[in-house]
Amino acid sequence: MSASLSLRDRLNVTVRDIPRSGIRDFFDLVTTMKDVISLGIGEPDFDTPWHVREATVFALERGATHYSSNLGYLDLRCALARYVAKTFGAEYNPDDEVLITVGVSEALDLALRALLNPGDEVLYHEPCYVSYRATILFAHGVPLEVETRAENGFRLTRAMLEAKVTPRTKVLMLNFPNNPTGAVMSRADLEDIAAFAIERDLIVITDEIYGELTYDAPHTSIVSLPGMRERTIFLHGFSKAWAMTGFRLGYACGPAELIEAMMKIHQYTMLCASSLSQKAALEALVRPEADVTEMVNEYRRRRNFIATAFAEMGVECHRPLGAFYAFPSVAKFGLSAKEFSLQLLREENVAVVPGTAFGVCGEGFVRCAYATNMNNIKEAMIRIRRFIGRR
Amino acid sequence: MDELLKLIQSNALESHENLARMLGLAPAEVSRRIADYEKRGVIRGYQAILNEDQLDLGKVTAVIEVKVTPQREGGFDTIAERISRFPEVRSAHLMSGTYDLLLFVEGRTLRDVAAFVSERLSTLEGVLSTSTHFMLKTYKRFGVLMHQTTTDERLTVTP
Ligand SMILES: Cc1ncc(COP(=O)(O)O)c(C=O)c1O
Repeated sequence: MSASLSLRDRLNVTVRDIPRSGIRDFFDLVTTMKDVISLGIGEPDFDTPWHVREATVFALERGATHYSSNLGYLDLRCALARYVAKTFGAEYNPDDEVLITVGVSEALDLALRALLNPGDEVLYHEPCYVSYRATILFAHGVPLEVETRAENGFRLTRAMLEAKVTPRTKVLMLNFPNNPTGAVMSRADLEDIAAFAIERDLIVITDEIYGELTYDAPHTSIVSLPGMRERTIFLHGFSKAWAMTGFRLGYACGPAELIEAMMKIHQYTMLCASSLSQKAALEALVRPEADVTEMVNEYRRRRNFIATAFAEMGVECHRPLGAFYAFPSVAKFGLSAKEFSLQLLREENVAVVPGTAFGVCGEGFVRCAYATNMNNIKEAMIRIRRFIGRR
Repeated sequence: MDELLKLIQSNALESHENLARMLGLAPAEVSRRIADYEKRGVIRGYQAILNEDQLDLGKVTAVIEVKVTPQREGGFDTIAERISRFPEVRSAHLMSGTYDLLLFVEGRTLRDVAAFVSERLSTLEGVLSTSTHFMLKTYKRFGVLMHQTTTDERLTVTP
């Protein structure tokens, strides 16, 4: 009998060869330490608005404990179609153009799996959310990363895309406001990208999970630009603006044929998103402005505080315009992003995330999330100032 | 409301430097505006929010509804301002509805408060009737929960 293969050898090779998220490694280290002030948390510190939690309890009492339809509850899809039309400027039919998912995470996976044949290329910009590259690979796509730079405010330009695109490119993924850089794109910036997508006949997947969280100018969605709705899958969810990460609720809007394809995968692999979370989301949409505005105002104050504090320390940090991340450059201290983060953690008990967790081009930067209360931010900035004073 | 006022209303101890950083203003501008609010009487003082139930203070608080006759000149203000001057009266508000004034009155004992009501308050000219309710426990004050223990359930690093 031949020696049996090791378990590792039996793994799917794509899965086997994808590294764990860099953020996980860092997390494992931070959890071994006490009294850490963490600027490493990519989720709101706010509690889910009380009326949403209250409505969830009520829904539970009333027995919202069954499967919903595959697409999700119709009343929620109707409310979402109204919200997206009003806030992002694109009209969708709730009957067949809106799909409720388990977070934007699932929606991303569905969109890529629904679109890609093995070998199809996907353009996406780095530094970016940790899942993008892996999700493309799991869907047998070929990731084409496009580097965005601090000098441009981490915005994406048409020239950057032109330099990478090939005839095999099928999809362009966007995420603005951006995790981890806090970058946003103006309408004019997006018009260039839209023209490129139309000329190259690309499908655009736009992850607008931070769409409500902009601080100096209102957000523009690429889907609202002429000619984009029919080639765009718009992704959004309740995790960030409503502080509902644990509810795991997101949604995709797009042309019926694309949503139908995504729904098929969802139907066979997920069946439906949590009914209870769907009830919660419906309640959240009852008065979105009231809930979100207060949080946005507080994030803006924290953004101002962090940006000013870095400027006072002489640390270069492009002004974060959206999401809840600052992405300062630490290159001048002569340490790698990882080494800087490790030393800062060991010496001052402050956790930031090395920029390299978000792509190779994140080297020289660290991500500081300001989704933590002002007292923590104040103390963290004092400690960082002390730390770099010794460098 | 001016964002600066909102911030000091939720934390009056915040330094002017930090307020300036949050608002994107110069520290001198923050100090100037605060001084101006104080001078104009918009800011009337700075106090701590205490969880008094934790302190065993040996005092009682009553909420008192008062019906009064408005005066010919001065309406409700004259009588309300008179009542407000008693140090026992911690807050006083003019209300719509079945009574006119709502008072928060403090005393050392039930008997103290009862004496205040029957001897000082009810005997004032213009006071028609009173209805006294004693406060038993405070759950929330000035927007601050008194029983909340803050725990952060979040993982320390997330994507
Ligand atoms: C850009 C981006 N997309 C998607 C997600 C995941 O969101 P969800 O909780 O909806 O799965 C995150 C979470 O950090 C994110 O930053």
